[in-house]
Amino acid sequence: MLHNDIAVNGDNAIALAWKQIDPDVCAAYPITPQTIIVERFSDYVADGEVNTEFVCTESEHSAMTVCIASAAAGARTVTATASVGLAYMWEMLGVASGLRTPLTMAVANRALSAPINIHCDHGDAMASRDTGWLMIFAENVQEAYDNAIMALRIAEHKDVQLPMMTCLDGFILTHAIERMTPLDTNKVKKFVGEHRPVHPLLDHKNPVTQGAMDGHDFYFEHRLQIADAMEAALDVTKDVFKEFGKLTGRRYNLVERYMCDDADYVAICLGSTFGTMKATVDKLRGEGKKVGVIMPRLFRPLPSAEIAKAIDKRKGVAVLDKFMSPGTYPPLFEDIVSSSLSLKEIPKMYSYVYGLGGRDAKVDELSTVFTDMIDGKAKKVNYLGVKK
Amino acid sequence: MSPSLKELSRTPTRLTSGHRLCAGCGEGIIVRQVLMATDKPVVISNATGCFEVSTTIYPYTAWNVPWIHTAFGNAAATAAGTEAAYRALYRQGKIKDDMRFVAFGGDGGTYDIGFQALSGALERGHRMMYVCLNNEAYMNTGIQRSGATGIGASTTTSPAGSVIPGKIGYAKDLTMIVAEHNIPYAAQVSPHNWRDLIQKCRKGFEVNGPSFINAISPCPRGWRTDPADTIDLAQLAVETCVWPLYEVENGKYRLTAESARIADGKLEKRPLTEWFGAQGRFKHLMKEKWMELVENAQADIDAKWEKLQKLCKL
Repeated sequence: MLHNDIAVNGDNAIALAWKQIDPDVCAAYPITPQTIIVERFSDYVADGEVNTEFVCTESEHSAMTVCIASAAAGARTVTATASVGLAYMWEMLGVASGLRTPLTMAVANRALSAPINIHCDHGDAMASRDTGWLMIFAENVQEAYDNAIMALRIAEHKDVQLPMMTCLDGFILTHAIERMTPLDTNKVKKFVGEHRPVHPLLDHKNPVTQGAMDGHDFYFEHRLQIADAMEAALDVTKDVFKEFGKLTGRRYNLVERYMCDDADYVAICLGSTFGTMKATVDKLRGEGKKVGVIMPRLFRPLPSAEIAKAIDKRKGVAVLDKFMSPGTYPPLFEDIVSSSLSLKEIPKMYSYVYGLGGRDAKVDELSTVFTDMIDGKAKKVNYLGVKK
Repeated sequence: MSPSLKELSRTPTRLTSGHRLCAGCGEGIIVRQVLMATDKPVVISNATGCFEVSTTIYPYTAWNVPWIHTAFGNAAATAAGTEAAYRALYRQGKIKDDMRFVAFGGDGGTYDIGFQALSGALERGHRMMYVCLNNEAYMNTGIQRSGATGIGASTTTSPAGSVIPGKIGYAKDLTMIVAEHNIPYAAQVSPHNWRDLIQKCRKGFEVNGPSFINAISPCPRGWRTDPADTIDLAQLAVETCVWPLYEVENGKYRLTAESARIADGKLEKRPLTEWFGAQGRFKHLMKEKWMELVENAQADIDAKWEKLQKLCKL
């Protein structure tokens, strides 16, 4: 059978997406496990396979700054980072959304220091979740690639105009080689279309002041506009998913459900764990247990209404966070609890913190998330796979 | 090459009146002179600071040209981003005009928090001009000391006390540090000599790579001086050799204007006590107990002036 599938790791898949998009500017700083993205893209630049102006900065702070200024100037702009690199950008993340610069960034999710650890968890993304960035997670390499392409359309939409993070689990997706179906480059180019910047700085005949000083008389309203844009992004994302589905046959939803129709117990997770959880659900279904798993593909804006529908009337809901929020409940759990408040009857919900610093979470261990709930052994907050 | 007042009077007004800078602030004067040095379209990046907040209080703006502020420590990276976008779009034929990119930062945003971003942008070779508006302290936040603050200056974080005589240690010599990045053009300027300033900025705008202009900018609030004395103080900084006027063009150091005349023996080098005596921030140094500091500071100025003259002879 004829096909053009390739074997590729997540980082190379992102670099391939960028090559096909051929953005105007890419500014980045290398950090594990994102490095392969910028290394491969540097190859494309060095070999003249893209027209991109590649700016290899002296820090992540400057990388994000260059991206913001480039996008504000009117260029289609991409970048990538991970972990403490994202933390180093943090000051500028809010500037990117506040200035409404629709750049896109791949985040190779990695634990935050200390202790220093290069492996996957969602500490970096979660610490950035309130900065006004759109955020989308990937289950596998294919989705990481697809997200990198779709993100442009969502971010650049006239009703959105916000930056977007496309998250892919460090090493688990960035370095693992999977089978993937890339799009033809001309299809990618057609899908992303011509970039139409709003009030670009380089239009010197129509000069604009960007990043003016706001007092208490305007700041609130300007921040509220970001919330409005986030709200609009829900429908925009649905439309982009639909159009992408028609093009590729890969149909995505704001909230993905697996074996949930008759499930009494569901788990909710983000990223590659969704795949492991599907295998876990298959195993338990084989044992006659009515379980299912849910992934909010879009994490910001949070599709609360869809989440509420997905957890309605379940006997138990387990929320898996690959992050800990010391002193309170972890963020995805809090988001799911908040989403449930619109329901007439709020299901029992349990928090599971797992996989910190790359601690492996396999089917046997993940099975206990369901069996604990079924057996009434689940606590309010559970730490999965911690050594005794 | 030398600009005439007649031709300068015809240049477009890029920074308009109505901004909220203090009376006697050197920054507005310097920026207007800088922007007179090119007739090309410019895009401006501005670090957080007095100049940023005073010219863009929403919903007003004093700017007739594209302008962006992103944060404090990254004016150079911001300018680099606009320049990178320009390179990309120019190459694709989407932009046809020959444009220039300028960054303005205060001394805090340049010597201190913005130093890494500046160094990175210079090393990468963006075609942009970085202008430091050096008033020798963090004036916007209330006169705190910076790496550009001179020894003995009383600031709110280096106050002149009974045991510590204000700022300890000498200012960082940023112009030389920048020049050592081997960029095509770096210079020190003062707003009292507009002809020298504009000539240097013309060079800075035309080199094919990064250029750096360091401008001394008297601050009546921070220096505790009369707003009417701003231009005289800028001149005094030059004539005491606290702020020599020079340029480094493709590695070649050259004294200019008053500084060249002092070196040639045609103009008297004024003593540092005149500089200290003219400003409230140094008035405590006139006390007997700090005499040694004043003498050491004079010796330091003399040594740096000798070094600069030697560099110019290389």
